[in-house]
Amino acid sequence: MLKRVHFPSSALPFLLVAPQIIITLVFFIWPAAQAIYQSFLIEDAFGLSTEFVWFENFQILFQDKQYLATFWRTLFFSAAVAILSMSIALILAAFADRVVRGATAYRTLMIWPYAVAPVLAGALWVFMFNPTLGIFPFLLDMVGLDWNHYLKGSHAMMLVIFAAAWKQIAYNFLFYLAAMQSIPRSVIEAAAIDGAGPVRRFKDLIFPLISPTTFFLLVINAVYAFFDTFGIIHAVTQGGPANSTTILVYKVFNDGFVGLDLGGSAAQSVILMFLVITMTVVQFRYVERKVEY
Amino acid sequence: MVENRPILTLVSHLVLIFGVVLVALPIWITFVAATHDAVRMTQAPIPLLPGTHFLENLKATLFGSGLSSAEAAPVWRMLLNSLAMALMIAFGKIVISLLSAFAIVYFKFPFRMGFFWLIFITLMLPVEVRILPTFEVVANLGMLNSYWGLTVPLIASATATFMFRQVFLTIPDEMLESARIDGAGPMRFFIDILVPLSRTNIAALFVILFIYGWNQYLWPLLITTDNDMTTIVMSIKQMLEAAEQSPQWNIIMMTALLAMIPPVFVVIAMQKLFVQGLTETDK
Amino acid sequence: MASITLKDLVKAYGDTEVLHHIDGQIEDGEFVVIVGPSGCGKSTLLRMVAGLETVTGGEIHIGDRVVNELEPADRDIAMVFQNYALYPHMSVRENMAYGLKIRKISKDEINRRVEEAADILEIRPYLERKPRQLSGGQRQRVAMGRAIVRDPQVFLFDEPLSNLDAKLRVQMRLEIRKLQQKLGVTSIYVTHDQVEAMTLGDRLMVLNGGYVEQFGTPIELYDRPETMFVAGFIGSPAMNFLPAEVANGVTTLSNGAQLGVAQGQGNVVLGVRPEHLEPQEDGAIEVQVQLMEQLGANTLLHGALKGTDTEMVVSLPGHVTAAPGTEMKFGAAPENMHFFAPDTQKRIE
Repeated sequence: MLKRVHFPSSALPFLLVAPQIIITLVFFIWPAAQAIYQSFLIEDAFGLSTEFVWFENFQILFQDKQYLATFWRTLFFSAAVAILSMSIALILAAFADRVVRGATAYRTLMIWPYAVAPVLAGALWVFMFNPTLGIFPFLLDMVGLDWNHYLKGSHAMMLVIFAAAWKQIAYNFLFYLAAMQSIPRSVIEAAAIDGAGPVRRFKDLIFPLISPTTFFLLVINAVYAFFDTFGIIHAVTQGGPANSTTILVYKVFNDGFVGLDLGGSAAQSVILMFLVITMTVVQFRYVERKVEY
Repeated sequence: MVENRPILTLVSHLVLIFGVVLVALPIWITFVAATHDAVRMTQAPIPLLPGTHFLENLKATLFGSGLSSAEAAPVWRMLLNSLAMALMIAFGKIVISLLSAFAIVYFKFPFRMGFFWLIFITLMLPVEVRILPTFEVVANLGMLNSYWGLTVPLIASATATFMFRQVFLTIPDEMLESARIDGAGPMRFFIDILVPLSRTNIAALFVILFIYGWNQYLWPLLITTDNDMTTIVMSIKQMLEAAEQSPQWNIIMMTALLAMIPPVFVVIAMQKLFVQGLTETDK
Repeated sequence: MASITLKDLVKAYGDTEVLHHIDGQIEDGEFVVIVGPSGCGKSTLLRMVAGLETVTGGEIHIGDRVVNELEPADRDIAMVFQNYALYPHMSVRENMAYGLKIRKISKDEINRRVEEAADILEIRPYLERKPRQLSGGQRQRVAMGRAIVRDPQVFLFDEPLSNLDAKLRVQMRLEIRKLQQKLGVTSIYVTHDQVEAMTLGDRLMVLNGGYVEQFGTPIELYDRPETMFVAGFIGSPAMNFLPAEVANGVTTLSNGAQLGVAQGQGNVVLGVRPEHLEPQEDGAIEVQVQLMEQLGANTLLHGALKGTDTEMVVSLPGHVTAAPGTEMKFGAAPENMHFFAPDTQKRIE
C-alpha cells in the first residue's frame, strides 16, 4: 500500500492528487449525487413544479411492465453476448494453443476487432444484414428465410447480439489464449502420459484450470454488454422495432434525453449504478481484477 | 505440442482459419463496399470482390462533406477531431493517474486513504449510468461543443491509477533511498526515476487509452451539436440515418474504414504493448 | 573525513523499541562493522545514520554536526545497498553522475570524477552500459563507484555482498578493504556474516536484540568475549558451552570431571573454542566421538561430553582419524577457558 520510506508530508501530495480528485468530484461524485437526488423527485408535465416523492419513482419503475421487460431483456442480451463470444473465443483459443507454428500470427489476425468502436461494429453488421442489399439476407433467402430486422424484433435482437459478440471475441480470445499458455507444459504432458487424449485433456484439465479466467471474462463481458453496447443498439436498431432491443442503458438515455422524464431516468441511473457497484464488488471479491479504464 | 497428430494439427489450422474469416468478414465487406461506385452498391447482391473506385471514394469522402445530402463537416475535419479527442484523453488520463499514484504510494499525508477510495469510486460510475446529470454539469460549466467538454470529464481513471500504483509498488524501495541520498527531491525523483522506469507501462496504457478515446460515442454525441466538433465515429450514425433516404454505401463504408484504421493500426503495430496493456489494466 | 558519534540512540516503532540506547564512537577513517543475526536492528541502525529512518531518541553526530534532522542528501554520506539500487534506465556513467548532477557540479568535473572512480574500480570499459548488461560483481563495483564519486565523509554499506556467490564474495571483500584503506573514508558496514565482519572491520559492533553486546577489535572479541552471545557468534565452529559448578577454585563439569581453573562461584558456563581443545593424556574434558569431518587442513570431531548429552565440537590440525564411539581426552590453556554467568550470560572475571 505504502512504501517503507516516503517523502515527508507537505502540500505537494495534495497538489499531485488535486487534478484527479477535482475531476472526480465535479464529473463523477456530483452528477451521481444529482442522479440520486433527482430520483426522489417527480416533475409535472410542464416542468413547472417538482415534488419530493421518496421512492415513488422506483415503485413506478418496478410496476412498469415495460421497464421490467427491459430488465429481463438486458439480462438475456448480456447472457447471449457473453456465452456466444466466450464459446467462440474458447474454441479458437484451444486450437491456437495447439498449433506451435503461427499461434502469434493467428492472434494478430484475430485481435483487432477490439479496436473497432461499438457503433462501427453495428454499422458493419447492419450493412451485412441490410434486408435489400446485405449478403446474409441474400443467402438466407435462398434457404427460404425472410430476414428483416426492421420489422421483426427477434431478428433485430439476433443482429445486435451478433455485432456485440463479434467485437468481444478478440478480447476473450486474448485472455483465454494467455491463460492456456500459462498452464505448465509438464502438467499437460503428465496427462498425456496418463493416456488422456486432446479432447479429454481439454475437458478434464485445461478447462478446469482456466476457470478463474472464465469467471473473470464472464463479469467483464456482462459489464461490456450492459454498458458498452449503447453504440451498437443506437446504430443498428435504436431500440426497435417496438422496443424489442431496448436495453437498460439505452432506456436511460432515451427516457432522459428524448422522453425528458428526469425523475424516471435518474431512478434508472441509480439502479444501474447499483448494478455496476455489485458487479465491481463481485469482481474484486472473487477475481481481484478490475473493469473499465 | 504433446503428441504428433498431423490430422488434428490440420483441423486446428482449418478451425483457426475459419475463425479468422469470421472475424475478418465484416471488415472485408466494408473494404469491398468502399471500392465500388454508388450505383453498384444499390444492386443486390452486393459484390464480394473489390472494385476500382477506391481512390475516387477516398477523395470524395475525405474532402466532400461525407454524404452529399447531409450537412456535415468534411471527413478530414472529423478525423482531426477524433485524433485530438483520443490524444487528449490518453495523455490526460496518463498524466493525472501518474501524479495521483505517485502521491498515494510515496507520500504519507492526511486523507490519503480517503482520496484513494474517492478515486476507486470512479471505477463504479461509467458515463452511461449518469449521463444526464453529467451532461448538465458540463452544460453549466459552458463546456459544450469544446474539446475540453469532450475530454476532461473522461480523464479521471481509477484503473490507470491502480495500474501505476501497482507498478510503483514493484519498484524497490532502495531506488527512492538511493535517490534521496543522491539529493533528489520528490519531483526530481518522479521525473528522473519513476517515469522512465514506468515507460513501457505508460506506452501500453497509451495504446489502450487511445483506442478508448477514439471510440467514444455516446459522450461526444451529447456534448457536440456543432458540426465542426463532430468526430468520425459519431458521423457513422448520422450517415446510416441518411442512408435510409439516399443510400450511398460506398461513402458510408469508406468513412467506416477511415474511422477504424487509426485504432486498428495502433493495435496491430503495437501488439505486444497492447496485449501487455490489456492484461495489466485488468489485473 | 569525519568521526561518527552515537549517543544514547533509541529507535521505536510505536510502542515497540527496536534499538535500546546505543552508544558508540567511530573514529575518523575507521572501518566499523555492525554484525548480528537478522532482526537484531543492525540495518535500522545504519539507516538511521543514513537518514532513511527517523531517530526516536538520542543523537547522531557526523563530524561536529548533529545530523538527526538532516535530509540524507545533506549528511555528506554515500551508501551501497544490498541489491545495489542502480537506476536501471541509466548507463553506468549516468548512474555514477546522478548525485553530482543534482548538486549542480560542472560537466567537466563530473566526467573527471566518474572516470577517476571508474579507473580505481576497473569498470571504465562498462561506463556506457546499462546495469542489466553487467554481471553481479560488476554491478557491485558500479554501486561502489557511485559512492566514491561523491567523495563523502562517510561510506555506509548495507550487506553489499550478500547477493554474490561465495567465490566472488571473498574477492569483493578484499577489494572493499583495499579501497577503504586507500581512500581512508570512515565506513560503517552491516553484515550478518561473522567471517566477513572479522576480515573487514577495524572494530566490530556486535548487535543482538537491539542491544550492543560488545564493541571492539576482532581479536578482542575472539580472545575476550564479553557475553555468551559474542562468544558463540564469533568464531567458527562455534564455541563449546559446558555447564559446570565452581567451588573453592575447582570447576566441576556435569559428568563429575574436575578442572583446576575457575572463575566465579556456584553455577557457571565454561566456554572453550573447538580449536583450543588439545589432546592430553590426562585431559579432564573427555569426549565421546560420534562423527568425524575431515576438511584437509583440519579435522572436526563431533561428539558429546562423556557421560552427558552436552554436544561438543573439537577442531584438530591436520589429519586425525577417530572411529565413532572413540573416547578422547582434551585439555585447554587457562587463558582459553571462558567463564560465563548462566543468568546474565556475562563474562565472569
